[in-house]
Amino acid sequence: MAGRRVTRKWEVFAGRNRFWCDGRLMTAPHPGVFLLTLALICGTSALHFAFDAPYLAARVSAALPAAGAALCGVTLAALLRTALSDPGILPRALPPEDEPAPPRPPPRAREVLVRGRAVKLKYCFTCKMFRPPRASHCSLCDNCVERFDHHCPWVGNCVGKRNYRHFYLFVVSLAFLAVFVLACAAAHLALLARGAGLGAALRASPASALAAAVCFLAVWSVLGLAGFHTYLASTDQTTNEDIKGAFASRRGAPNTNPYSRGNACANCWHVLCGPLQPSLIDRRGLVLDPRDELPPRFAQALCAQPQLQPPAPAPAPAPAPAPAPAPAPARHAYMNHSLDLDPVPLHEVCLKVGGGSTVGGGGGAAVAAGGALSASRLRLLHDTTMIDAALDLDDPEPPRAPLAPPVPPATRPALALSV
Amino acid sequence: MANNRIPSGPNTPGSQQTPTQQGIKIFIQRDYSEGTAVKFQTRFPPELEDRIDRQTFEFTMERLNEHFEMAETADCSTYCEGCLACLTAYFIYICTETHYEKHLRKISKFIATQNERVYNPRGIHITDPILRGLRVIEITIIDVPNCQSPTGNSTNSQLRHT
Repeated sequence: MAGRRVTRKWEVFAGRNRFWCDGRLMTAPHPGVFLLTLALICGTSALHFAFDAPYLAARVSAALPAAGAALCGVTLAALLRTALSDPGILPRALPPEDEPAPPRPPPRAREVLVRGRAVKLKYCFTCKMFRPPRASHCSLCDNCVERFDHHCPWVGNCVGKRNYRHFYLFVVSLAFLAVFVLACAAAHLALLARGAGLGAALRASPASALAAAVCFLAVWSVLGLAGFHTYLASTDQTTNEDIKGAFASRRGAPNTNPYSRGNACANCWHVLCGPLQPSLIDRRGLVLDPRDELPPRFAQALCAQPQLQPPAPAPAPAPAPAPAPAPAPARHAYMNHSLDLDPVPLHEVCLKVGGGSTVGGGGGAAVAAGGALSASRLRLLHDTTMIDAALDLDDPEPPRAPLAPPVPPATRPALALSV
Repeated sequence: MANNRIPSGPNTPGSQQTPTQQGIKIFIQRDYSEGTAVKFQTRFPPELEDRIDRQTFEFTMERLNEHFEMAETADCSTYCEGCLACLTAYFIYICTETHYEKHLRKISKFIATQNERVYNPRGIHITDPILRGLRVIEITIIDVPNCQSPTGNSTNSQLRHT
């Protein structure tokens, strides 16, 4: 069981993103420019800490290198967080959901009212769904991203609902860092030049001049970007909407932003510190048969339907009270330590594989795969069951007698565990 | 309530698939009338007409929407959580669960309970919307062989068992 290979959702992910560390990290398809950004920030900071910081610590104050280190740490953390996390990708629709109803080619758009304002939802032919308001399809990553801001090559990722706050923190802290490094380099050169003149100062510390030059070139665009995003955050707009002029007044008619909360503070708070949805693409989740999401009785009925008979003739394990131990239902990654993964004894899993293969040829393989996966999930479960104790259940589970012999043992323990 | 002006999309509520290997699927769409916060339409799909009464279904949907609203509302503690996360460069999320995740877990639990008590005995299964990217609520209708007959019988047995 320990070495069993499982397929995680990132391995079958439909977009063009690249995944690292077994799906824990993700970037856009070509993260080359991101590495350049990282190298520039690290290089300039290294120059600062190697040449300017020791001099200024001795001549001015030891607080300066400490502040610089903190600023540099926050910038790098925010950059990595922006670049390597999910920007808010919407998973593509699965087959039963995407099949259009009788008017075969689906309509290209439909209109909904958002707070009384008509918003057009375009149909995404790649993702097979109507894009929610504010979502947009990133052609580079080939995904729809919620509250799409822009695809930023510098951070090597899309910027969207889930990483906008990290991106904003990165831009603002980078602006401060650039100003700080520039000021330190200038102070270093000025102190050196006071006795000997500027030429001698440059000869004495060429690294400071280099750091100052890099920062001087970068600081304007970064400051501008920080100001621009502060404006966007305070009005709850995205770069995409701003560029397209989605909320610009047309022909004198006011065209207000329906997503705005009315005042700048509330917008900033909500955009930067509001509740954050977990990732919807569930990169580390296991790929399971869609039938495993259904309760076992339903799955059985589905297997049996083609043959029009109940799945009674399971020869060997017939006397067993539970013909189908609950296959570990497909759960979202955040629920890996979750409520209803009761420990399924291994022999039951084996039994399930045996029983499943008798039901139907096509279904058998899928069921077998499900059994194998539930075995591998078992380990995960044992590590994490204690978390369930902390959960509170809104409605207590009523004591209910078994209805039909094959059903309850499979579904019942699912909730019994948490009560 | 339903705010579609042109409700003839492939995924409009009530769009019914032919009974395939997957059973009959109904998709409840998102309701964007109050913004992009997660909210689902509460319109009763006609396919469920002879299986479950309208009030029960609407109760489930309204509770679900309430749960999502709680997950999305930003009260003071949520902002503090966000600020703290920001101050720690978001490293705090490695060790704690967010406000949203807590509520999503409650939602999963609520759906599991409702499925087990109300819907599954009548041959209906509601899929947790997080498994569909919070885009739709997928409802599967299946004629389970040893399922109780739709309305009268199942309510009786429910009363008996509760």
